[in-house]
Amino acid sequence: MTQGTLSMEVRHVGPASVVDIAGDITAASEDVLMDAYGRAATEATRAVVLNFSGLEYMNSGGIGLLVTLLVRANRAKQKLLAYGLNEHYRQIFELTRLDEAIGIHDSEAEALAAAA
Amino acid sequence: MTDTPRDADHWAKPVSKLHVEDVPAGARNLVEGKRLLGPVQGFGKMWQKTYRVALHGSDASPTEVVRDWKEHFPEFWPEGNQFYAPLTGIEPGEVALIKASIAGGLKLSTGVMVMYADDESFTLMTPQGHVFAGWITFSAFEEGDATVAQAQVLMRAQDPLSELGLSLGGHKQEDRFWERTLANLAAHFGVEGQVSTQVTCVDRRRQWAKAGNIRHSAALRSSMAALRPRRSSR
Repeated sequence: MTQGTLSMEVRHVGPASVVDIAGDITAASEDVLMDAYGRAATEATRAVVLNFSGLEYMNSGGIGLLVTLLVRANRAKQKLLAYGLNEHYRQIFELTRLDEAIGIHDSEAEALAAAA
Repeated sequence: MTDTPRDADHWAKPVSKLHVEDVPAGARNLVEGKRLLGPVQGFGKMWQKTYRVALHGSDASPTEVVRDWKEHFPEFWPEGNQFYAPLTGIEPGEVALIKASIAGGLKLSTGVMVMYADDESFTLMTPQGHVFAGWITFSAFEEGDATVAQAQVLMRAQDPLSELGLSLGGHKQEDRFWERTLANLAAHFGVEGQVSTQVTCVDRRRQWAKAGNIRHSAALRSSMAALRPRRSSR
């Protein structure tokens, strides 16, 4: 699904679903993000892995949406994991302390291993 | 990726503990050495509260609204509450001290850090000891033929005492606070605005593992500080 400068594609990999994010995440991204989560979170999904390699911009409205996504994943007893964050976005996760609730990994392989 | 992200200048850098360089006259620095807490680190139910006012009749653009909001931020607060703005203004990484009126006529001394700021929004994040853990984003955008100013809180009560206080009238008090603030902002632009409030419970679970946040409670410390003079006068 695409809206504005954001697109999210979903891949199912074993017990995990990978969401490939490309573009900007802002408060206006709610529909795209929640639609992607809806496609990612099947009954068999044990972890949702966010691939931030294509993230180009994120504001505080965007980080708020990730908190909402985290709540939904926790409610469904799914892990929420991430990889592909550059140093700048890793720092934002550290600042907002989202890194304490969303497992951050260096690669998709590492994230999928943590999802198993 | 070697390119600098477009949002790089808008975010504060991570800090392990807060530090206030200059404490303004009249303020109490109870945030020194405290850590920031996001909604994930709070105790109570998670709430998203959105307060909006449409500036019908004003030709101020979203950028102009946010610019004035930053510059005059303390002036829009309801009477009896003080926001000691950083000398450099609302900029990422700056810490502001707060003295807020709470139940029983008590004054709560706490603070916030500017987590994010751009031309159309800015976000304040709370430290340990604040009533809630989370952040509040102030923004403006165009909707129809008007510029809309918005304050949006994403929060959990930090500890069981704050959760109890919020459920016993604290939430309503907070709603009135931001409704009054937005009305004052609208008045600044010559508008008698109707403020709308939307409250959503994002997560009904309480995080009992975070109950220990109470040891940092500014409400408790402020209450104890208020009691001390009475004891000495006996």
